[in-house]
Amino acid sequence: MFENLLSPNFTTFITLFIFGLTIMVTHHNLIKKLIGMYLVQTSIIFFLVTIGAKSGSTVPILLSAAGPIEPHVYANPLPHALVVTAIVVGVSTLGVSLGLTIAIFRRYGSLEEDEILKRLE
Amino acid sequence: MQIWGDLPLLILLLVTALGAVIVRDLIGAVLILGSYSFFLALCWAWMGSPDVAFTEAVVGSGMSTVLFLFALFQTVPQEDPSSHRDTPWFVALGLGVLGLLLLYGAIDLPRFGDIAAPANAYLSPTYIQQSLEQMNTPNIVTAILMDYRSLDTLIETAVVFTAGVACALLLRRHDS
Repeated sequence: MFENLLSPNFTTFITLFIFGLTIMVTHHNLIKKLIGMYLVQTSIIFFLVTIGAKSGSTVPILLSAAGPIEPHVYANPLPHALVVTAIVVGVSTLGVSLGLTIAIFRRYGSLEEDEILKRLE
Repeated sequence: MQIWGDLPLLILLLVTALGAVIVRDLIGAVLILGSYSFFLALCWAWMGSPDVAFTEAVVGSGMSTVLFLFALFQTVPQEDPSSHRDTPWFVALGLGVLGLLLLYGAIDLPRFGDIAAPANAYLSPTYIQQSLEQMNTPNIVTAILMDYRSLDTLIETAVVFTAGVACALLLRRHDS
């Protein structure tokens, strides 16, 4: 029942997720917040790939066209196809947020949340 | 594939994630984040997903590091040490409770690497067995991405284009 708690992949996912979320909430530097966002994104992708792993399987590229294809020989390709899209979209959102950060810096001259709030008033 | 096989990579992941946050020099932090991405790509290659590993190594480790550095060269590359305050108690409590809930949920997940897990047994055998016959592509991930789900991939490129347009609009300089 508790063997998943001993599985290092699931515990690493949970640690990275909570860690990134903590940074997004507690740090006041905008770049550090984005680093936390990146950690959260990649931890969820890590979890999806972990779900699709099969023990004793190889990469999802067919070895030969002849004969019947055994599904348990190859890793599950569906999470991989989903996750490749998620990585690219994640970097797009990261690019837009970095653009917003640069625009904020040009306007208010700081990357610290406290400074920006002070200059807003 | 043993359950503890990628433990060194996972320790490196956690250490680099911690390092990217602790380091106050932001350029250093971003470079450590790039190495974090690279270890993540190695982890995924170990779990049998080379397509995801390639994408992460190119887009995550390369492209996002370049974007971060571009942003840092236009702003200040130092974190202000005085701005870091103590965490409010309710934030720490909420995040702790969330972590415990996630651990509680992990109890019910299928075992790592289980062949009979629902994610591996329900739909994916159909794709593995029929993709070569239907799409003539030996790489199953490519067949799903470019043939079965090609409209989704088209819309994904539209998302990337929109992000590029948004960045261009945000970063243009006003001469007036």
